[in-house]
Amino acid sequence: MSDLSPPPHAKPRLTRDHLLGLLRQMVRIRRFEERCGELYQQEKIRGFLHLYIGEEAVAAGVMGCLHPEDAVVATYREHGHAILRGVPMTAVMAEMYGKAEGCSHGRGGSMHLFDVGTRFFGGNAIVAGGLPLAVGMALADRMRGLPRVTACFFGDGAVAEGEFHESLNLAALWKLPVLFVCENNLYAMGTRLDRAQSQTDLHLKAAVYQVASEAVDGMDVVAVEAAARRMTDAIRDGAGPQFLECRTYRFRAHSMFDPQLYRDKAEVDDWKRHDPVARLSAWMREAGMLHDTDLPTIERETEAEIEAAVAFAEAGKWEPVEDLAKDVYTREVHP
Amino acid sequence: MIDADITVAAASRMITYRDAMREALRDALLRDERVFLMGEDVGCYGGCYAVSKGLYDEFGPDRIRDTPLSESTFVGAGIGAALNGMRPIVEIMTVNFSLLALDQIVNNAATLRHMSGGQVSVPVVFRIPTGAGRQLAAQHSHSLEGWYAHVPGLRVVAPATLEDARGMLWTALQDPDPVVMFEHVMLYNMEGTLDAAAGPVDIDRAAVRRAGRDVTLITYGGSLFKTLAAAEALAADNISAEVVDLRSLRPLDAETVLASVARTRRAVIVDEGWRTGSFAAEVSARIMEGAFWSLDAPVARVCTAEVPIPYPRHLEQAALPQPAAIVAAVKALMGA
Repeated sequence: MSDLSPPPHAKPRLTRDHLLGLLRQMVRIRRFEERCGELYQQEKIRGFLHLYIGEEAVAAGVMGCLHPEDAVVATYREHGHAILRGVPMTAVMAEMYGKAEGCSHGRGGSMHLFDVGTRFFGGNAIVAGGLPLAVGMALADRMRGLPRVTACFFGDGAVAEGEFHESLNLAALWKLPVLFVCENNLYAMGTRLDRAQSQTDLHLKAAVYQVASEAVDGMDVVAVEAAARRMTDAIRDGAGPQFLECRTYRFRAHSMFDPQLYRDKAEVDDWKRHDPVARLSAWMREAGMLHDTDLPTIERETEAEIEAAVAFAEAGKWEPVEDLAKDVYTREVHP
Repeated sequence: MIDADITVAAASRMITYRDAMREALRDALLRDERVFLMGEDVGCYGGCYAVSKGLYDEFGPDRIRDTPLSESTFVGAGIGAALNGMRPIVEIMTVNFSLLALDQIVNNAATLRHMSGGQVSVPVVFRIPTGAGRQLAAQHSHSLEGWYAHVPGLRVVAPATLEDARGMLWTALQDPDPVVMFEHVMLYNMEGTLDAAAGPVDIDRAAVRRAGRDVTLITYGGSLFKTLAAAEALAADNISAEVVDLRSLRPLDAETVLASVARTRRAVIVDEGWRTGSFAAEVSARIMEGAFWSLDAPVARVCTAEVPIPYPRHLEQAALPQPAAIVAAVKALMGA
């Protein structure tokens, strides 16, 4: 854990407005996820549900560095990424319900949020399965001469997959504009990093492939954002792929089925002391940048947004069963 | 191995399957700047089966893109590039190696459209050499077309003739969805005549390659010419065999198959895949479902023996469907 002062070259944006924006984004994710957990208990949301609580600083820090024409490829723990990318919370929540108004028309559910309008390309539930896609998207941008960045999120579990190594190598070899964001929350489901990796400094693995890399405190949204901004700037300047390891922690279970036998409550409690939302608000308060009414306002507005999303999802419709085979192919194909 | 039924047009020329495929690649690269070829040794080396020989010099390293031996990632990169505005052709050196990329093909290429509620298409073409006959033993010789044909979201085609080698690629590239194109390795050296004006062909329909009355022989890819040879041999015994080349395994043109079987009342399926769980089993089931009451005999199959393909020539040949076995299967059906 680093202290709160960012490194001198980081050039963080520390205006009150900007920091309030980051805080608001993290609160939006936190409360959305909490509500999803409740809705899961009520069996409104089914299947797998992977909550991002504790890791909000990563998505919040990175997403603001992307431009509308950039692309995002994410994982199955991607609700927060989708929301911060600009996918309407209503459409995300409807997707969680499996309703036709969902951002993937209800077909994908929690793990497969797609929204081409905001260039959000999933929602991939195969660990590391998104890395080759991101490499290919960046290759297309390069070949078409488009100055765009593809941001690819994945966890520490992906580092064990062959596609991680193949993708970093290929991206570096071809100098592709990919921002690799490793959300290192220390556990691949229930397997702690040091039980899966001989080298636990994951950014070093990227360096081996000649990918510029660094590790940051992933509980510190300011540090994440500063690093992500340097890296996206570097990519836009033609420096090739960059690798950002964000050291973070998942406060909740891996999924709703996980009894968490693999870690002590004390460890979770210890990490909760670094809660990214509490940490930013405390720091802002100390610096005189958080007024007494700020957080209650953010909370109130967020609650209203979430309740509107829930109402939207509740009112949504089930896709007619007759449409089951629609969109297996773009043109009509009868196998 | 020349398709005897192809009419030699005035402006035709001799060409190999390999060269026809290369012409198709070159044509696509010239016609559409979004098209590029990517795979192992497709560039400097000229392609493992020399299909892309010369294209690297003509089109350069960006569009004839050599990759590291990272099947899963360059296949996935092809999918990503297709999502983002390109029309990639990805060559996987042999079908056995495609297993290293099966995750990307099955979990991404085939699913993304449906799973995203129809928001994206994946217009990528995978070219995969397949099949046995070159004594390459059990890790380079298998026929797994049926596995791919199992998967909704994919289209699977198997060009067997020179026309199809020349014409299927462009049509596949125009298709908005992923197309897996299987090229049987024993066809690359096949030489024959091709119309000078040969161009794109459909990738939907089966083709009757030889008309007949007594039995329908259904096949695809590398087995087509063995099947035509068997039909020729049967003709000498006054058995008139119709030969249907499926061309596309997914979608399967059941209409053409069933219409033929309704006429001939007998069917033998020739498939280089293993019999158990084979594509031949699927065709057989379709015939049962759609033409059972037309049949005069049970559907028969000639498939590869259920062994990993062995190295020595005599064992390899013994494992594969051969004209003699096809003839024997037909005669058994005819009670001849």
